[in-house]
Amino acid sequence: MSQTRREMLLDPLVDNNPITLQVLGICSALAVTSSLKVALVMTIAVTLVTAFSSMFISVLRNQIPSSIRIIVQMVIIASLVILVDQVLKAYAFEISKTLSVFVGLIITNCIVMGRAEAFAMKNPPMASFIDGIGNGLGYGLILMLVGFFRELFGSGSLFGVTILETVNNGGWYVPNGMLLLPPSAFFIIGLLIWAFRTWKPDQVEEREHKIQVVEAH
Amino acid sequence: MSEQTNKGALQRFLEASPDSTGKTLFVAVALCLFASMIVSAAAVALRPTQEINKLKDKQINILQVAGLYEPGVDVTEAFSASFEPRVLELATGRFTDEFDIATFDDRASADDPATSIALEDDPASIGRQSKYMTVYLLKDDAGAIDKVILPLHGYGLWSTLYGFIAVEENANDIFGLQFYSHAETPGLGAEVDNPRWKALWNGKRLTDDAGALQITVAKTAPAAGKEFHVDALSGATLTSVGVDNLVRFWMGETGYAPFLANLKAGDI
Repeated sequence: MSQTRREMLLDPLVDNNPITLQVLGICSALAVTSSLKVALVMTIAVTLVTAFSSMFISVLRNQIPSSIRIIVQMVIIASLVILVDQVLKAYAFEISKTLSVFVGLIITNCIVMGRAEAFAMKNPPMASFIDGIGNGLGYGLILMLVGFFRELFGSGSLFGVTILETVNNGGWYVPNGMLLLPPSAFFIIGLLIWAFRTWKPDQVEEREHKIQVVEAH
Repeated sequence: MSEQTNKGALQRFLEASPDSTGKTLFVAVALCLFASMIVSAAAVALRPTQEINKLKDKQINILQVAGLYEPGVDVTEAFSASFEPRVLELATGRFTDEFDIATFDDRASADDPATSIALEDDPASIGRQSKYMTVYLLKDDAGAIDKVILPLHGYGLWSTLYGFIAVEENANDIFGLQFYSHAETPGLGAEVDNPRWKALWNGKRLTDDAGALQITVAKTAPAAGKEFHVDALSGATLTSVGVDNLVRFWMGETGYAPFLANLKAGDI
């Protein structure tokens, strides 16, 4: 194993972040980041699903027929997602109401499938589990950063606690309504990717096309 | 050769190539069976807790719309101490004992052709309307009706809004209106949840002295007067129109008007 466990856990936070470097899981990052509380629950759900699905797939990796491997992975992931959804409905009803359809959509989150296919199919269970936790946390880090900006400037609060008293409630702060709508997360994620790549220039991809200079005749 | 015969059936199976047809079929079937068992076990085991949550959520909303909710109270206890749920037949405005109140479900009833009607004139865009609705009576200490809590729903901009309206015992003064389920635009239409907007409903009147339904959600006050007017939400025209439609629909003749007439006459 070339990577140590510690690296496997910490690498996806910045150096190999699933959202900013691999640009996966953007869809749910747009949907659930309008408040921090929801983003946090989504982070926990995705982390658990990624970790456990990677572990189970890794346990079965030598038995999974290659012709139906994607379906096998999907069945394992989908069962875990339904489990998470049921538990949320039973023990965190308020939050499950806000997350509604997005918990179910963890199934289609590319990060979960990506780790199953790229890592868990080739590595032992414990390593796969840690890799899943690491990638879930990397996803969560970006979710929390985006959620921080969107909730603070969109509703003037953090984790539901009022920081900036909004005009609607008799305060002074005029909230930026755009930040409550999904497209604003695009801007914030874009800016985050810019910041990450300025900090770590290794992450900048090579240009696929060069602009050619036409010689003057 | 002799080594292979010593191995058990399980080990031989595990070492077989995963790509053989037999093993592919076996893995697919076994995994599906196993996964479905896990999922159904979880669903069955957690269902009671989920049902309680749903009921509690509804009860909290009923308490809130009646102005009785305080964080931290025992919801079930506060609810059963204050409210008497009854099934109401909309057309006659009378309570009916045809259904068991504990199991009667308004939404299921609206889908059942036997207990619902397809609407032709349908301003609230609900398609089918149940002939029976569960209403909640809030009684004072003497046992007289203090407020009635009536469920209502209708289409806004993106979604159906489900809510409750609390009407005073004179069958005309609104105490409050609140939606417990909707998916309107955050920051715009979802401001129907804003306590300041909800507070506008308090003290408004449904009908004028002649008995005509006058309540409206609009940008400007109607000719009938300010006591019938709730200011529309700025930036959420379609949600406001939806709320206006659904309130007027449910308070009208096809909705609770017969019941409210009975209530006014003190005859329920």
